[in-house]
Amino acid sequence: MNRSTLRQFSFRVTALAILLFSVSAGSTQTPSGDEILNRIDQNLRAANRISISKMTIHGRRSSRTLIAKSWIEGSRRSFTEYLAPAREKGTKMLKLDNQLWTYSPSTDRTIRISGHMLRQSVMGSDLSYEDLLEDQELRKLYTAEVTGTDSTLGRECWVVQLTANSTAIAYHTRKIWVDKQRYLPIQEHRYAKSGKLLKTTQIDEAQKVGERWFLKHAVFKDALKKGKGTEIEMESVQFEVEIPTYKFSKASLKK
Amino acid sequence: MILIPQLAVRNILGAGLRTWLNVIVLSLAFVAIILSVGFNRGLLQQASTAMIDAELGGGQYWQGEYDPYDPFTLQDAHAEIPEALANLISSGKATAILAAPGTLYPDGRILPVTLRGIDPHQTILEIPSRFLDATAETPQALIGARMAKSGNLGIGDYVTVRWRDRHGTYDARDIVITQIMNTTVPTVDTRQVWLPLRTLQEMTNMPDQATLVVLDKNQTQAPEVAGWSFMNLDFLLKDLHDLVKTRLIARSVLYVILLFLAMIAIFDTQILAIFRRRKEIGTLIAMGMTRSKVIQLFTLEGMLHGVLAAGLGAIYGTPLLAYFAKNGFEIPQSGAGFGLAIGRTLYPYYSTTMVVGTTALVMLVVTVVSFIPTRRIAKLNPTDALRGKIT
Repeated sequence: MNRSTLRQFSFRVTALAILLFSVSAGSTQTPSGDEILNRIDQNLRAANRISISKMTIHGRRSSRTLIAKSWIEGSRRSFTEYLAPAREKGTKMLKLDNQLWTYSPSTDRTIRISGHMLRQSVMGSDLSYEDLLEDQELRKLYTAEVTGTDSTLGRECWVVQLTANSTAIAYHTRKIWVDKQRYLPIQEHRYAKSGKLLKTTQIDEAQKVGERWFLKHAVFKDALKKGKGTEIEMESVQFEVEIPTYKFSKASLKK
Repeated sequence: MILIPQLAVRNILGAGLRTWLNVIVLSLAFVAIILSVGFNRGLLQQASTAMIDAELGGGQYWQGEYDPYDPFTLQDAHAEIPEALANLISSGKATAILAAPGTLYPDGRILPVTLRGIDPHQTILEIPSRFLDATAETPQALIGARMAKSGNLGIGDYVTVRWRDRHGTYDARDIVITQIMNTTVPTVDTRQVWLPLRTLQEMTNMPDQATLVVLDKNQTQAPEVAGWSFMNLDFLLKDLHDLVKTRLIARSVLYVILLFLAMIAIFDTQILAIFRRRKEIGTLIAMGMTRSKVIQLFTLEGMLHGVLAAGLGAIYGTPLLAYFAKNGFEIPQSGAGFGLAIGRTLYPYYSTTMVVGTTALVMLVVTVVSFIPTRRIAKLNPTDALRGKIT
């Protein structure tokens, strides 16, 4: 190898090293909290969505499973119909903005859930109506700060601390573990003002729907309560599907 | 005129066992009615006194949003204590209570509760608030025996409580149970957690606020306060009165049946007496006694059953009722309290008006029942009667 060839080789190695270093540096560069929340919203939020989910509520002595079909339009309107078990079949919930109505076929009555009733548990689960109604973009409610990285549920994650922007938000702080590749919050802890852990969410299985990563199986848990929490399994989900407008009317509750 | 009472007494005593059987049944009705009414009066008096002592005081001021029958209003039912009420509180004539919904997690279970803040130094209500220390680092809590049982909690136990502040933000802390009170009033015990007022005000971010202000029992003046409604004892005890009234009506069925049986016995006796003594009736009329006098005689005989029953009832009923008034009824564990503010022992309460009223009512019924069969005498032909015929 002559001197010129050696110089050329040395230059190429250096260039490759610089390139590799810069690529590597680029991949570990920490995005801002807002960027992460934006990516999460892009992943999870859609104009329309129709899904069938299975909710298993674990009680102290027994568990019960509910199957529901939901039609969701943006963050403002949603309609849910319970398909199983037989006792709950035909029960429907309509959400328009921050108002919620439930219809029970056994009594043939529509009840508006409002005010403090929204804080009650949904069908005895670890989720409240308020948790279900929560639809505002996280970045509008919280200031996000990336506090580090962590490996959780077998995935590399950004750990993002969310602190409430105003006093009128149910959870003062939240901590979310966001999958670095999928931008899916696979773990979430919700805290009281005192710092006590109140609720946890774990998405232990995700699925790819089109270009999005969405939950396949998740566990919601009241952290102060003993028990296995409430499992949600997404049996099917379709994004950007046309939903007829009448679906989001009170008349459709009794249909 | 003296003839009729003399004849009546002689006849009724002469009837022997038949009279005494009637008198015994009627006296049982007397005693049972008085005991039953006394039982309900005692229930009302005991529950009212306990509720006034532990919860109602001399009346309550409710913040405008407060509705104890709608727990969902509790979150918004709070306001700064107005000056007029603050003056009453500082002069020891009232005490403030702040109420907020919360959730207790004893042993990992969910127990919805109402958190109640009370001044540890108050003397208005018979709640041992002195066991609460507002300066303690860990909030101190006072609970009732029922609450302790349902939460499986004891003195010195730590338990997590979750609540929302005035803006709706969740908060949670551990609290320590410093005292378990024994109270007969379920509304200050069941699912109630008492904390120092200032501590709860800090926890909920509601400084100087209250949900209700309880007046001292001896406080007669209740000034008008804007945004707060004064609820007097008539209003606050109305449910209790209605409940006892309903119970009284339900229980009256029993003694109406008992009284009815006694009345049937008297009625039958009268019918039988008229039938068996028709020759005597004919003789009396033939000898110049008017029909109305004969009716008076027979009615008086019937009434005397009531008089004798009252006397007999007094002989064995007075010591019996006095015994119960002193020692009370032990209520079985399963029915303890009937959901009312009474303890395991219920003391009946009798008043002179009640005893005299009951006696008068029974006597009136006995008189009417005794009179009705005697109306046949008015239609009686003396010659037929003398021959033993009744037309």
